[in-house]
Amino acid sequence: MELQINNETHEVDVEADMPLLWVLRDIMNLKGTKFGCGISQCGACTVHIDGEPVRSCSFPVAAAAGKAITTIEGLSADASHPVQQAWVKHQVPQCGYCQSGQIMTAVSLLAKKPQPSDADINAAMTNLCRCGTYKRIRDAIHDVAGNNPENTLAYEA
Amino acid sequence: MKNSTINSSRRRFILTSATVGGGFALGLHLPGKAQMAADGGSDINIWVQISPDDLVTIKYARCEMGQGSMTSAPQLVADELDANWEQVNIEYVDVNEHIRMDRAWGAMVTVGSQTIRNSQEYLRNAGASARAMLVAAAADTWGVDTAEINVSNGIISHAGSGRKSGFGAFAAAAAAQPVPQSVTLKDPADWHIIGQSFPRVDIPPSVDGSQVYGVDIELPGMVYASIRQCPVFGGTVRSFDASKARSRRGVIEVMSIDDNAVAVVADNWWRANKALQEIEIEWDSNGNGDVSSDDILATFKASLDAPEAALMPNNSGDADQALANAEQVLEAEYFTPFLSHSPMEPMGATVRINPDRIDIWASTQAPEGLVSEVVNALGVEQENVYAHRVQAGGGFGRRGGSSDYARSAALIAAQLPEGTPVKLLWTREEDTQHDFYRPLAMYRLKGGLDSNGNISGWKARIASGSILNQMRGVPLRDGVDFTAAEGFTRLPYRIPDQFQDFKLTPTHVPLGFWRTVGWSQTPFAREQFIDELAVAAGEDPYHFRLKHMAEDELSRHILEKVADAIGWDEAPAAGIYRGIATTEPYGSYTAAAVELSVNDAGAIKIHRVIQGINTGHMVNPDNVTAQLEGATVWAISAAMWGEITLQEGQVQESNFHNYRLLRMAEMPVIETVLEATGGFWGGVGEPGQAPILPAFCNAIYAATGTRVRSLPLKHHGFSLA
Repeated sequence: MELQINNETHEVDVEADMPLLWVLRDIMNLKGTKFGCGISQCGACTVHIDGEPVRSCSFPVAAAAGKAITTIEGLSADASHPVQQAWVKHQVPQCGYCQSGQIMTAVSLLAKKPQPSDADINAAMTNLCRCGTYKRIRDAIHDVAGNNPENTLAYEA
Repeated sequence: MKNSTINSSRRRFILTSATVGGGFALGLHLPGKAQMAADGGSDINIWVQISPDDLVTIKYARCEMGQGSMTSAPQLVADELDANWEQVNIEYVDVNEHIRMDRAWGAMVTVGSQTIRNSQEYLRNAGASARAMLVAAAADTWGVDTAEINVSNGIISHAGSGRKSGFGAFAAAAAAQPVPQSVTLKDPADWHIIGQSFPRVDIPPSVDGSQVYGVDIELPGMVYASIRQCPVFGGTVRSFDASKARSRRGVIEVMSIDDNAVAVVADNWWRANKALQEIEIEWDSNGNGDVSSDDILATFKASLDAPEAALMPNNSGDADQALANAEQVLEAEYFTPFLSHSPMEPMGATVRINPDRIDIWASTQAPEGLVSEVVNALGVEQENVYAHRVQAGGGFGRRGGSSDYARSAALIAAQLPEGTPVKLLWTREEDTQHDFYRPLAMYRLKGGLDSNGNISGWKARIASGSILNQMRGVPLRDGVDFTAAEGFTRLPYRIPDQFQDFKLTPTHVPLGFWRTVGWSQTPFAREQFIDELAVAAGEDPYHFRLKHMAEDELSRHILEKVADAIGWDEAPAAGIYRGIATTEPYGSYTAAAVELSVNDAGAIKIHRVIQGINTGHMVNPDNVTAQLEGATVWAISAAMWGEITLQEGQVQESNFHNYRLLRMAEMPVIETVLEATGGFWGGVGEPGQAPILPAFCNAIYAATGTRVRSLPLKHHGFSLA
């Protein structure tokens, strides 16, 4: 079947029910997309399909055929995407393993809501991070959005 | 301390492993001799290499898994070297070279918040020694006295003659200088790299997918394996029918491993795993097939009631007499469950066996542990094993104590044609159900109060398994496991009459070092019981602690800072309640205060967490802040939902849907209090968690009157708003 991955067309010979994650990782050798749980719980495998965040560990490859698949490698050629830059500026990653998925989810959120509220961030950013980098993820998203710092989650007595 | 600012494109950090045999590295105490390494740089000593273009390569021996020491450890070297941090490049020490050179780079194992505090002296010495050799080389060339030479920010200069040079021009000559017999380390007041929040060098590759973790290794001709281990610890494979699995697309081999696991090898991991899930395996549980959590709890209860246990070394006075004379006596039992590590990157390893060498790639906290596992599994010489360095997708102790996954991968590779690289990857279910778990423990505490509201008499019985005894057969010291007892071996409170003992309580469940180890659980009991005593005395929990801490200045200092930060002595807004706790883990001093409210349905809203740490000396403050933030998330996940339970000898939790972790929407506001009072080097990665759990539970008590003495909180009707 034919797949559009990061603006390139690839012909792959795989089972229709193979999850997109494993086509990306083991067939296409795109290792930036991670396996974490296999049941759509953690979001480490998040990629975009036609701009929508999708958990590729549970997404059959056949359903992605003919659609635009974007992985972390396709976000920018040189880590210059504003979300990637904000992730470095705010020193977000610790181990980094979940961060491809976090970044892909954040990019999609910001595309839909350029100035997300904390509630928007809470609703969209459901990816797990075992290192606990959520505070910095939130800060980085607000920074990209150009949000007034007063909009960021603050102490509410 | 300057705040972190980042411009990754300007930096030239090249994260590569040293080429084996690419240049004989000189030991610090061996006579100096110029050696040109593969890229034309000169090894000034085993830690510092300088190339003609002034690039300073600093070696990093430990493992990076997000804790930040790949950046902070080289900061120690660079400071004494007076290097320009912008010209510093960091490179992993090669594991095979390390072993062949008699472990010249010291400890590689990355556990126990040890990297900075246990290697700071030799790392600073390495920087100072290299600096002295550069100065000697410049003095020779310029014909001036070494005392007249200044080194600053990567520039060697001589004021009298106006001469000036970067390091590169003197690198080869410096490497030929005799190694100084001794060097004088800087006064901390003169540090300019230590104490700065330089951006972490491993972050840029984590934002564009280029970071390579163990599971990302790809090699020509690679095959992929999935494994299923006996669900009951200690059980074995009786039989399995692989006929259907063998006929599936891509399947190359089906095999049993070590008599207790079945693995499928295929041309793609998904195909291997799919075939594996279809294999019906008959297991022998070998005697542990009936064990449930209830049985284990009964065993621990019996340990609390046992007439005798091993005495702790800090007992003093006569606790029984003091309790008999007390105005009030309180007694309480606390329980903390088994917990899994669940790093985001599941366990796995790639192994390739050739006649002359074995290569292994795996995320690890113990590179030499990988080598040992391969040596033990295959009966080869350690000099022929090459363990490659990669970033670990979280460690938290799982990848430090045991490298069981490396053994499995080696045994799979041994059943494949020579030279075939095989990548073993565990499912999340295997990861959750075959961990080395945080020990389950129970604590029975007894405390008396005199008529002045002072603690008079203290007894503690600790019942726990022993990680090292069970994992490696390490004998207990006088019957006490000091990692399980930490938190009770030295109280920060003045209690003249105290008695504490330890009852070893083994089960069939494998035990491991889980972030913060004993300190992840003992403060839950100790610091809540102190609160119970304060309440019984009718005193404020913070001031009750302070009045018992007159002799422990450092514990008092961080507690006061945290109390000030939350404004303890001014009442919180209506409906908001506070808890506080203090701990002294891993050579640091930590305290926390939590503000929360609880609605009628038991939904807890955490309004803010104040996390304070005094590390003595502090190398990279922003990284310390990050570790405290993460430790808070770690502790609250464990408090709310964390438990590993057993039925019929098997772990019941399997994946993140039933082993819950905190998510963004539940993330509280965190404020950190960083103290660097000097005089000692404390740990960073683990200490942050220790005070959070009791401060959180003390706040829940303040809000609800419910004293939570067993975890997780979900069993007490609480949820997180």
